[in-house]
Amino acid sequence: MKIVVAVKQVAALDEEFELVEDGVGVDADFLEWDLNEWDTFSLEAALQLRDDAGGDGHEVVAVTVGDEEAEEGLLSCLAKGADRAVRVWDEELEGADVLAVARVLAAMVERESPDLVLCGVQSSDAVNGATGTALAGFLDLPRVAVVTALEWDASGGVATVHRELEGGVIEVLRIHAPALLTIQTGINEPRYATLRAIKQAREKPLEVFGLDDLGLDPAVVQAAAGSRTVALATPDRGAGAEMLNGSPAAVAARIVEIVQERMSG
Amino acid sequence: MSGVLVLAETRRGELRDVSLELVSAALEVKETAGGRLAVAVIGADAEKFAAGVAAEGVDEVLTVSAPTGQFEAHVWQRAVQALIEVEEPGLVLLGHTIDSIGFAPAVAAHLALGFASDVTAISWADGPRARRGAYGDKLVAELEFPGKECTLLTVRPGIFPVAAAGSGSAPARAVSIDLDGAARTEHVEYLDVAAGDVDITKAEFLLSIGRGIEDKDNIPRFEELAEKFGATLSVSRPIVDAGWMPSARQVGQSGKTVKPRVYLALGISGAVQHLAGMRTADTIIAVNTDPEAPIFGVAHYGAVADLFEVADELEQALG
Repeated sequence: MKIVVAVKQVAALDEEFELVEDGVGVDADFLEWDLNEWDTFSLEAALQLRDDAGGDGHEVVAVTVGDEEAEEGLLSCLAKGADRAVRVWDEELEGADVLAVARVLAAMVERESPDLVLCGVQSSDAVNGATGTALAGFLDLPRVAVVTALEWDASGGVATVHRELEGGVIEVLRIHAPALLTIQTGINEPRYATLRAIKQAREKPLEVFGLDDLGLDPAVVQAAAGSRTVALATPDRGAGAEMLNGSPAAVAARIVEIVQERMSG
Repeated sequence: MSGVLVLAETRRGELRDVSLELVSAALEVKETAGGRLAVAVIGADAEKFAAGVAAEGVDEVLTVSAPTGQFEAHVWQRAVQALIEVEEPGLVLLGHTIDSIGFAPAVAAHLALGFASDVTAISWADGPRARRGAYGDKLVAELEFPGKECTLLTVRPGIFPVAAAGSGSAPARAVSIDLDGAARTEHVEYLDVAAGDVDITKAEFLLSIGRGIEDKDNIPRFEELAEKFGATLSVSRPIVDAGWMPSARQVGQSGKTVKPRVYLALGISGAVQHLAGMRTADTIIAVNTDPEAPIFGVAHYGAVADLFEVADELEQALG
């Protein structure tokens, strides 16, 4: 079987940061990059399915849309056990919204024709919760979003999955491959890469494509885009919390005071 | 294209609150955008909910009969696509819920709509504008949807007030859409997660721990602290994901919604899904090392401090 895992290198803000001049982005000097937490779980799910299938002819392909910064994320996937990786980038994609990214991913997935596509439910920076389902929409693939358990029946090409609903309710459902699943944190225990595997990751195939390599017209990607960010600001937190200052002892004393006051009233 | 179309959400025979929150959001937009406000209900028993969603200000209720007994993402996708094509709204509002996450982005992709998810504010100036979080909700982004005749937004639950159910008298109209064969998944069953040894929704004082506790070996220490303090121990999602505590203790969107008199959060940054489960607590006290942590946005009292140092002192103070 072949599984494509779509991953994202996410940005975390430093405590202090500055916006870029046009005000719609953060100065890259103040960002720290890492593989999206959700994607560590979707990658692990893919690796387990491949390993359970056993033998040759099964592969896990990690794909991403991003500039050179995103390559670290792919290398991390390769170190953990992905067989190969593909990165697509084009300057036209700078600031691309979730639908534009999903449109590019769709072209990458089409080229691979996998049995399963796995995505994280959401990314920790954009938190759209939309890339996977939009990707399925472009490809007209059946999908289940927010999966917390996955059982694969290889003979029938059927996945039995748990969909996590609000308030601790689970829906159990079945879906036939080819299909797309968006994977929730906690579904498995993501593995760590060994030092040796980290070194060897650089020997594994990692292809880099532009839009034209995928036969994608930038105008098609542009037309798929759903929004444009026109401003970025720090949120108005309202009155906000009353901050308790001083030593840990002073903070603890105030907490005890507040709790006793509120619980006795 | 004009007017606002709201999609109501039901589950297992109940209308979900988010449906009437969307009506409130739509009414705000309608004041400046004009046009009609229609609320659509999809389901095997859609008519049953028509009167409830007809809140004051709603112009029309649309019911779509679905062949499946419960929500099915592909059936809903086809139904919403057909509604948009027939009714031609300028703005479509859905809840940013688990159901919507499974089909709304596909509708937007398929029809090349303007689109944003987890939206927290909507305005109108020659077309919709929306606000949503960026960089893990540490910033707010303002979005436009240039060149789009129709924009679909999924709106964060719990932001807009719940409009009074059935407070209006909008007529209901059945819209016939062929949905046979649209389903691409097969429903097996619903499972309700076992309650476990404790019901955190009944606790008046919750001491809640998150990722900040760093290690499973630290759990007993906070269990003891909670006991000393007369609190019930609850946790945020990463603690359950790691298998350190059972899901019955989890506060948040996929866990329990709690409303204790005091919620003391140690080492919880305040992801959206967590805040959704505790933001209405009477008094929220948060301790976190990150001064920008979103939990401070909902807390009444906050301390930027090392939770272990504070825990040391709490243990001392409580003897």
